[in-house]
Amino acid sequence: MDDHLEQLYQEIILDHSKRPRHERELHPCTGRSEGYNPLCGDKVTVFVREENGKIAEASFVGEGCAISRASASIMTTLLAGLTPEQAHAKAHEIYEMLTKAEDPALDLVENGEIAALAGVRKFPARIKCATLAWHALEDALHGEDS
Amino acid sequence: MSRHPYPLGDLPSPSPKLNPAIIRRDFPILERRVHGKPLVYLDNGATSQKPRAVIDAIRHFYENGCANIHRGVHLLSGEATQAYDRARTGICRAMGAAHAEEFVFVRGTTEAINLVARSWGDLHVHAGDEILLTEMEHHANIVPWQFLAKRAGAKIRVLPITPDGALDLERLPALLTEKTRILAFTHVSNVLGTVNPAAEICKAARDRGIVTLVDGAQAVPHGPVNLSEIGCDFYVFSGHKMFGPDGIGVLYGRGKLLASLPPWQGGGDMVERVSFEESTFRPPPDRFEAGTPNISGAIGLGAAFAYHDQLNWPELREHEHNLVTATHEALLSIPGLRIQGTVPGKAPVVSFTMEGIHPHDIGTILDSEGVAIRAGNHCAQPLLARLGIQSSARASFACYNTLEEVETLANAVRKAHRYFA
Repeated sequence: MDDHLEQLYQEIILDHSKRPRHERELHPCTGRSEGYNPLCGDKVTVFVREENGKIAEASFVGEGCAISRASASIMTTLLAGLTPEQAHAKAHEIYEMLTKAEDPALDLVENGEIAALAGVRKFPARIKCATLAWHALEDALHGEDS
Repeated sequence: MSRHPYPLGDLPSPSPKLNPAIIRRDFPILERRVHGKPLVYLDNGATSQKPRAVIDAIRHFYENGCANIHRGVHLLSGEATQAYDRARTGICRAMGAAHAEEFVFVRGTTEAINLVARSWGDLHVHAGDEILLTEMEHHANIVPWQFLAKRAGAKIRVLPITPDGALDLERLPALLTEKTRILAFTHVSNVLGTVNPAAEICKAARDRGIVTLVDGAQAVPHGPVNLSEIGCDFYVFSGHKMFGPDGIGVLYGRGKLLASLPPWQGGGDMVERVSFEESTFRPPPDRFEAGTPNISGAIGLGAAFAYHDQLNWPELREHEHNLVTATHEALLSIPGLRIQGTVPGKAPVVSFTMEGIHPHDIGTILDSEGVAIRAGNHCAQPLLARLGIQSSARASFACYNTLEEVETLANAVRKAHRYFA
């Protein structure tokens, strides 16, 4: 069990949860959306600014556990330069990584820090924490100007 | 021939027990290991574990006496009806009431409050009236009243709490106005553990002709509750938090008041005469039990009361008090840890937050040590907002928990602190 715990709370996750990147509101933005988990009260608002059909910048604010904050923080580092379609595809890769049965065996070189979230798979109750920001992102990409 | 030493509906009454180590043997699940560690079950506020007597009573019903009640002329139906009624009588006696008809079987606390808000509320609450709640209520004792307030054009008012987590009773008289129709409050807070002086509060309301509903969900697991001492109009609770099965609970309603209320659900078993134009209804409790009820659940709850009854509660309350004291002491030695609810004589419920660690992460790390707690808002968002927090971790105890388990809890919380410090 402690091995699983070590995988869940890897250095990368702890680092992002304690010192999140892009934790601020974004004004102006082209989309924003609040993700809320009524079961635990976790809240994250994701902001995106699109330019010429690509995401120029993304940020988040909110309250949540180490997993949801780390996931949101890592997410905001991955989005610059992606088209909305690519961002949706990325989100779906994450959902798949978190829910599929076999071990994804992602390596950090190829997949970046987001691979660190794979440890959440062993904790079914926490998967929603990891996907909260990504769902909000997908929603924000459909969003109106604010 | 029954394999069981007691006939359907009758229950064993072993000698009084005190030692939690002995009580634990009655709960098969407490033998379980989780993640290779002995289970330390501290989520009793969410649901308690079930003693063998309850599990056996339910199994015995299905293996030997399953039939619908109030219907057949055959032997099994008669036995089932008897067992169902006997459960009601046993609960009535255990709660110091005189009339079993005052006890309605419902799905649980939530359904009981919805029933009262519908049946009593639609009759007695009108535009401009006030419904008085308290700041420490569970969502189940807020939302049904909001529905009622919306239907009636009534207003919800709220009795605040003091900083240590008691009801601010000095402010009660001013909130009991001529517009107040009902005061609905929790007997024991599911977050703070505060035990409210229910009798005193009910008296204040009664003196002004105001109806009272007491949410006993977190009170009944910690020893007998005597309704004649409390003097409320309605008392509601769930079976599953007091060693009984889920999906069954009780609405107690004072005789005359309950008899004056209209039904809230229509169907079989609650009627006298039915035509396509009109129906007439049976007296309580049948009037409020439309359709086939949760028969095995009622029998299981009867068994839970019988089990409860033979425990040595004066000593066990002392034991539960020691569990709280030990938990407070152990947890408060951990840097950055804060406990919500420090009223003396509290029930064994300890909610806490830790600086820099989200309750979810605390819960996951404790789970890895076999310690089951609740993390979240505990269905009490207004209270948590008042406390200035989004969520908390909560260890809630039953009489079968031990001081050794408090030690395991404290060690696991220290581990969480190390992870995130």
